[in-house]
Amino acid sequence: MKNKTKLPNVYLGVILALMYVPILLVILYSFNESKISSVWAGFSLKWYEELFRDKAMFQALGNTLFLGVVSSLSAGVIGTLGAYGMSKVNFRSKGAVEYLSTLPIMIPEIILGMVFMAFFSLIGIPFGMGALILAHTAFCIPYVFMLVKARLVGMDKTLSEAALDLGASPVRVFFDITLPLTMPAIVSGMLLAFAMSIDDVIISVFVTGPEVNTLPIKIYTQLKTGVTPEINALCTLLFLATLLLCGLAAWLGRGPKKTKKDVTAK
Amino acid sequence: MEEKKGGRRSFPKAALTMAPLYLFTLVFVAGPLVYMFVLSFLTRAESWGVVGEFTLQNYADIFEPVYLETFWESIKLALLSTVIIAAVGYPFGYFMAKLPPKWKKRAMLLLMIPFWTSSLIRLYGWIIIFRANGVLDSALMGLRVTQEPLKLLYTYPAVVVGMVYALLPFMIFSVYSSAEKLDFSLVEAARDLGASPLRAFLTVSFKLTLPGLLSGVVLTFVPSMGLFFIADILGGNKVVLVGNLIQEQLMKTHNWPFAAALSVALLLLTTLILFLYRKISGVKDLEGLV
Repeated sequence: MKNKTKLPNVYLGVILALMYVPILLVILYSFNESKISSVWAGFSLKWYEELFRDKAMFQALGNTLFLGVVSSLSAGVIGTLGAYGMSKVNFRSKGAVEYLSTLPIMIPEIILGMVFMAFFSLIGIPFGMGALILAHTAFCIPYVFMLVKARLVGMDKTLSEAALDLGASPVRVFFDITLPLTMPAIVSGMLLAFAMSIDDVIISVFVTGPEVNTLPIKIYTQLKTGVTPEINALCTLLFLATLLLCGLAAWLGRGPKKTKKDVTAK
Repeated sequence: MEEKKGGRRSFPKAALTMAPLYLFTLVFVAGPLVYMFVLSFLTRAESWGVVGEFTLQNYADIFEPVYLETFWESIKLALLSTVIIAAVGYPFGYFMAKLPPKWKKRAMLLLMIPFWTSSLIRLYGWIIIFRANGVLDSALMGLRVTQEPLKLLYTYPAVVVGMVYALLPFMIFSVYSSAEKLDFSLVEAARDLGASPLRAFLTVSFKLTLPGLLSGVVLTFVPSMGLFFIADILGGNKVVLVGNLIQEQLMKTHNWPFAAALSVALLLLTTLILFLYRKISGVKDLEGLV
């Protein structure tokens, strides 16, 4: 048995290691004294210093975070309420709306970027932060909506029925029972939406204005025109932030998941 | 009005919470998509903008050899990437599902970290690797595998690697989720009944994880035609995908109706793939044997 499982594990290890190679290289070269990434000229922190002096970069970071927070929050509210309402009714147009609201993550992003660009200029929404928030909210909603919907389907309905029978108002049942029970799904949906928002290039490129830069757009233009190791330093810091977020998500998901697994195992 | 009084059954007030989703979806998802269809039949204005004249010219333009070629190249690249992703990702997802729970969790976390890392950071890593006299060239020449730098950056293989690397997690996740539901005692039963390991795998495991593989194929094939920035950054100007073409028509040539027609064509292609996926996995459900 042991020998048999060894080869697959080696395979898993090798592929996982390969996934980290590009990331580790970016980190390694952020400490490179030389400007040219193919030459190693000794350890240096000067690119970090340069990064911290770069005001435009901080502005872009601020824009990215603001955009991510606002769109994942609005997607959280709209998606959760929508999934909740859908679970309560059954009528004909329901399927169509369900299909339409998950469409933004089914169709290629480039199409979404294209249609937003054309549509926003048609109805006169100026390109910039407002347009970015609308576009990002649109593709963030499906993540929250689908996760919350799945959670509501799997939820024990007797709890809320019991509360209703005991005289609680539907609003109170929603806030005291449904919402806490769906919270893990809402939070992971919003985290996923946030991650997608702060990483998005394709859609943002189309709807951003000339004065509004987000980090992905800035990195994208630099990768196209020519990079300085300042970008390495920035990427390293972003990677650290990702690590923190992943740790947080794993830590958040730990509690309920563990108990669920234990229950099914025993 | 009457019905509302009738009580919870016909239309519960709770359903009103759907309103924001309905509204948003109609205005900002359905609206833009409808406009795209309309736009694709309009005429381009002289310098900027659109004239409200009906035309089929935009669709006729797609059939010009240059653009047909682009579509074909995109499909070929997407197919190649998808095949490689399936070959690498399927065993990964399958083996991962067989890990003991503790290791499963660890593998999942290790997989999530690069997945959540900005795709641009990962792309940049590949630039460092592929650049002329970069990491790969130095390593290969140091090991005396090659005599001269390969200069892989801005070539077709570089784009393929970039695509595979960016989309592999999607394949792994969907194969993993269907392999995790697989009851491995079924495989053991097949083995006990005298099936060879290969046959047991093909008739039991592979068949039961096929839905995961297929959805992985959809999840990698569909986006790979639109990921213009990978072709842009790793392929230079040498690799032009439908995505690049649409972007170019919008941002540089300012021919919006043609960009819309291209998008409609891409959307049709996507829909066709999704339809095929449903059909194939649906047939599989019906058969149950074979």
